[in-house]
Amino acid sequence: MSAILSVKDLTLKYGRHEVLSGVSFVVEQGDYIGIAGPNGSGKTSLLKSLLGLLPPASGHIRFVDDKRHHSIGYLPQKAMQNDPLFPATVKEIVMTGLLASKPEPRFFTVEDSVRADAVLARLGAASLSDKKVGNLSGGQQQRVMLARAMVSSPALLILDEPTSALDPKIRDEFYALLRELNERDGVTIMLVSHDIGSIGKYTKKLMYLDRGLVFFGTYAEFCGSDAMTAYFGSVSQHLFCWRHGHGAN
Amino acid sequence: MALTDLLAEAISFTFVQRALLVGTLIALCCAFLGSFLVLRKLSLIGDGLAHVSFATVALALLLEASPLLVSIPLVTVASLIILTLSERTGMHGDAAIGLVSSFSIAAGVLVASLAQGFNVDLMSFLFGSILVISHADVLISAALAAVILGAVVLFYNQLFAVTHDEDFARVLGLNTRLINYMTAMLTAMTIALGIRVVGTMLISSLIVFPTVTALQVAKGFKSTIAVAAVVSVTCVVLGVFASYVYNLPTGAVIVMLNAAAFVLFLGVRKLGGVGG
Repeated sequence: MSAILSVKDLTLKYGRHEVLSGVSFVVEQGDYIGIAGPNGSGKTSLLKSLLGLLPPASGHIRFVDDKRHHSIGYLPQKAMQNDPLFPATVKEIVMTGLLASKPEPRFFTVEDSVRADAVLARLGAASLSDKKVGNLSGGQQQRVMLARAMVSSPALLILDEPTSALDPKIRDEFYALLRELNERDGVTIMLVSHDIGSIGKYTKKLMYLDRGLVFFGTYAEFCGSDAMTAYFGSVSQHLFCWRHGHGAN
Repeated sequence: MALTDLLAEAISFTFVQRALLVGTLIALCCAFLGSFLVLRKLSLIGDGLAHVSFATVALALLLEASPLLVSIPLVTVASLIILTLSERTGMHGDAAIGLVSSFSIAAGVLVASLAQGFNVDLMSFLFGSILVISHADVLISAALAAVILGAVVLFYNQLFAVTHDEDFARVLGLNTRLINYMTAMLTAMTIALGIRVVGTMLISSLIVFPTVTALQVAKGFKSTIAVAAVVSVTCVVLGVFASYVYNLPTGAVIVMLNAAAFVLFLGVRKLGGVGG
């Protein structure tokens, strides 16, 4: 496995308020990392920092190919709170995901259009291409936002609470799709969620934050760790580990 | 005289031709920019800058200079002040617009009182008139419109990305700050362009109305701009003729036609379920 991202001694602050301190970890090609932690634990701040929206107060973030904008696909938390009147077709929105790699004046080519169609087809949303995005269901909109994040074939896909507005059936479909992207297409994924059950069920590694890095590693390591049993208590620990013994992965 | 004869007579006058040309350019600029401004909830920046143009027109009349030449730089500076206030001081955008807008009205009134009344009719600048467009105005308007329309076409993909999702655009590595400043400056130029035909009090309606009308039926972003452009140009052309035939203030007639178009399109959407 080769590393695609390394974070060392990262400390993040809003003004004087420290939201995350001394975090170090390495993300490897093919990882599928679930990021959990209580409200205010620094999950979203960490994502913002990886995305370049929040500069580190100290420490550093290194992407292996050194081109952050080209190598991350991002699905923001509030992507679906769009104005239903917003006049944009699915394809118009997916195409914006390609702007990062375009030299000025950032005009689109025929190949870009083909790529957008291909990623929509890959996500089972080819028929939506010419639909107005405001008319789609929540699950369909989320697929469109995922297509926008993936159209540039990023090395790393970052998702912030992608399923919080989806009903349970659609949510499971969405997670299944992500797993398929990770396992079949080798997409590296970091996913923040409050949905501890789903994280434990679908992701391969767990990152638990509480203003610092509490745990980062595989579920087998997590569930076998006495330190984590001491930290969480055995009941809470078991919530993450419910698939333990199912031999998932 | 029959209506057709009246229209034929109207089109034979140079001042009507000029009003149609300048009016069409303004309508296009407003439609092109309006979609970005309305959808970013920046409709009111047009209104605020229009108030600034009231002050700059008063100043130009006092100095006996060209209102257009005085207004373009000053309104542009005002747009940058609004952005800087909200960026540097953490002030909300609408508050920054409120400050600059009311300050400008006050400045305009003071300038007007210093001049102890103008020999040019200030009303024609407040509500638009087709009688006062000079040859120089036409040339400046054409140059300005070329800059505005060219910039929107050139930066279209980035403007769209920032309008749809500014955070995502920043993650993509787009210079969103530059795009925001550019949008404000283009808006300022459009406002300055519009004061002759539509007037300072009504120019912002040309930015808001055609876009909101187009939103009722359009599915995509480009089609919204296209529909807005057609609606906007139609209303301006009809408005200029109606203003000539019935001797009414041009800007007010244009806004009334835009209001009628909005009601019509809203009805089409409600009845036909188009766009949604």
